[in-house]
Amino acid sequence: MTSTTEQTPPLRRIARFLGDNPMIPLVVLLLVLVGLLEFMRPGIVNERWVGNTIKFAIPLAMLAACQTLTMLTGGIDLSASVAATITAFVMATQVPIVGVPLAILIGLIPAVLIGLANGFGVAVCRVHPLIMTLGTGLIGTGCLQVYQRFVIATGSVVPDGLAWLGTGRTWDAPNSLLLFVPFAALIVWGQRRTGFGRLLYALGSNEKAARISGVRSWQVFLALYVLSGLIAGVAGLLYVGLIKAPSLSLVNPLLLPSIAAAVIGGTSIFGGRGGYGGTILGALILTVLGTLLTLLQMPEGARRILFGAIILAVTTVYIRLTDQS
Amino acid sequence: MTDTKGQGRLLDAQGVTKRFGAVVALKDANLTIDRGEIVALVGANGAGKSTFVKILTGALKADTGHVWIRGQERRVGSPAEARRSGLVPVYQEPSLIPDLDVADNLQLGGTPVEAFQHWVAELGIVGLRLDDMIGHLPLATLRILDLARALASEPDVLLLDEMTAALPTDLVERVLKTVRAQADKGQAVIYISHRFAEIAEICDRVTVLRDGLTVGDLPIEPGVEEKVVELMLGAALGEGPAQATATMATDRADTRLRVKNLAAAPKLADVSLELRRGEVLGVVALEGQGQDELFDVLAGMARPTGGTVELDGKAVSFSHPADAIEAGMTFVPGNRADGLLMERSVRENLALPLLARPGNWGAIRMREEARKVDDAVDRMQIDRRAMGEVQRLSGGNQQKVTIGRWLASGVDILLLFDPTRGIDVRTKRQIYLLVRELAEQGASVLYYTSELAEVPAACDRAAVIFNGRLVDVIEAANADEQTLMRAAYGLTGAEAVPA
Repeated sequence: MTSTTEQTPPLRRIARFLGDNPMIPLVVLLLVLVGLLEFMRPGIVNERWVGNTIKFAIPLAMLAACQTLTMLTGGIDLSASVAATITAFVMATQVPIVGVPLAILIGLIPAVLIGLANGFGVAVCRVHPLIMTLGTGLIGTGCLQVYQRFVIATGSVVPDGLAWLGTGRTWDAPNSLLLFVPFAALIVWGQRRTGFGRLLYALGSNEKAARISGVRSWQVFLALYVLSGLIAGVAGLLYVGLIKAPSLSLVNPLLLPSIAAAVIGGTSIFGGRGGYGGTILGALILTVLGTLLTLLQMPEGARRILFGAIILAVTTVYIRLTDQS
Repeated sequence: MTDTKGQGRLLDAQGVTKRFGAVVALKDANLTIDRGEIVALVGANGAGKSTFVKILTGALKADTGHVWIRGQERRVGSPAEARRSGLVPVYQEPSLIPDLDVADNLQLGGTPVEAFQHWVAELGIVGLRLDDMIGHLPLATLRILDLARALASEPDVLLLDEMTAALPTDLVERVLKTVRAQADKGQAVIYISHRFAEIAEICDRVTVLRDGLTVGDLPIEPGVEEKVVELMLGAALGEGPAQATATMATDRADTRLRVKNLAAAPKLADVSLELRRGEVLGVVALEGQGQDELFDVLAGMARPTGGTVELDGKAVSFSHPADAIEAGMTFVPGNRADGLLMERSVRENLALPLLARPGNWGAIRMREEARKVDDAVDRMQIDRRAMGEVQRLSGGNQQKVTIGRWLASGVDILLLFDPTRGIDVRTKRQIYLLVRELAEQGASVLYYTSELAEVPAACDRAAVIFNGRLVDVIEAANADEQTLMRAAYGLTGAEAVPA
């Protein structure tokens, strides 16, 4: 005890180190989970399994990009899953009518509109993002149900290109990496090295300071939520290529995991801290955790309880580890 | 329980001390009050007044010293305990819950409604209904309600903190009359105020605090104001100006910024100023005299309610700080926390204004940014050991970041609001030097300071504001502390020199 009073106590030194390198505990956790899986089912971890895990983690990670970017400003996007579903559904039902390229464009329009509505509500009317995106999400779902009645006769087609991108492999590597790697690189670069990215952190850290520095926050919020809608739409396209069965609730099961991925990845829901790198790891951790719990022969209810408890525990420990400075 | 010291006195505080880390806020503070007395408590900024008040009301615990109430020593420190022992404070910020109506607020505090309504009427508020929402009432009314609530609880000692600030004249009269009448009936009142006229009108004694010491306890009599000002300044009176570096920029300069009859709710009533090229114009005012509103309006943070602002002869009106920055007017807020991204790096903080406009949202030119940031860090001499997170920097270094931000993007007219508050002497010097240097390079600086000694060190002239109005403009050469202090207390109000 006497020696630690003179210098920084070891626990705090570790905390400081982890605070400066927040990715390390996440990588460790991911490896531990993979190890646990291999221990429970020896031989399960092979190239094929890794490819599959990545394949399912990518749409989640893309949807979690919407949460990460909005959370950096202290917001959230609860309409992201709806925007993704609408894009996927509208695209699939338009393919028989207008062909693939135009169908993709038409599909992305409602996602951008939802983003515009969110941006307008948050930026101009100053509605809390939680409420605003919840509202637009519900409205979007309703509109989709109405839309479905009009296209009930046309049927739906998932274009081969999207199926190739969503499920295909090239030399054991999932094709979706072709979309995701540049996407992730762009987001990670953009959050640090563009003015827009910096302003997301600034607004989440201290909106008043940003205002004093001449930032008109409504412009940033508007652009942010439109961007979030667009990313959600693209994630929806990729996900329907993976699932191959468009439905009215296609992407909805990914909404809460997308928030969890961002939070586990170290993005603060209060804004100003975090980044997309951690979110990607968070999405991988959640996907591996899902596989792990599926292997445990447990009733569905118990599995969910465990899933929730683990997320809470991981987040709490992680925040404790990295936040004190 | 039956300590005999301080007996006979209603309240007696002796030898109270308080330290915050290395800072000694109170060295030896004393205050006594008897039934039927009104005692004024005065002191310049940083004299320890608010710490003393917090100890008396139980919000803080003294390190040493004693507080006797009715001859019983009070050791515990909790506001509820203080209330039970009969000491009820009325603070500048009304302590009423905005989302509840009047009746609910009374119920929360256990205030008897009839007595409350009696005092409300007595204090001159008509037409108040018990189901009025607190949040919908004007500030002046809330302050009166707070006072009425305090009076209704029949305290032994009433502590009024700047009770008449933000009140219109007719209400001020009613409040003063009511408080005096209560005292004549045997109530004791501790009266904290910057307004000598009011102190002279209703108080019996005045207790003066300086540098954490009670330096005087004087009866109110003609001419006491002069003595009080001398006591508040203390030893500083004998010293000359700290550093007379101010150059007379006045003759060669043309007017950049002209403020005419500016008013802004709630406290700025009528201020006219001229800021010239290459000039540092000090603004001197006691707390809450309208200087916050003046700076907010000039920085585009708030809208004026009257008057005009002209920049280089053209009328300007800002709806957002971005407009002010566009026009060349940049603002360093008084509260450092308002201006900083605490968990972001020094670089991100310094570069923030460079990225604000949508035209600059794209890829950052990292080299150019690094160069500008480095320049600002060098010029401000910001500590390079903790560049990763601004919250790890010392207060002085944090302040340098808020100022350095505008060096990185170019300074034209700089609005500095109390930039040296709570920072060390060395950093203060650096800031004076920087301000002078900026002025010599042709920038104009409006410099509010709560430390009068800074005026001759950093400014060319000083504009004194009292009660929302400009009362005097003093050349730095003549701006010794006594002159400034007298002006700041409105003692020369009659012969105000227009800007």
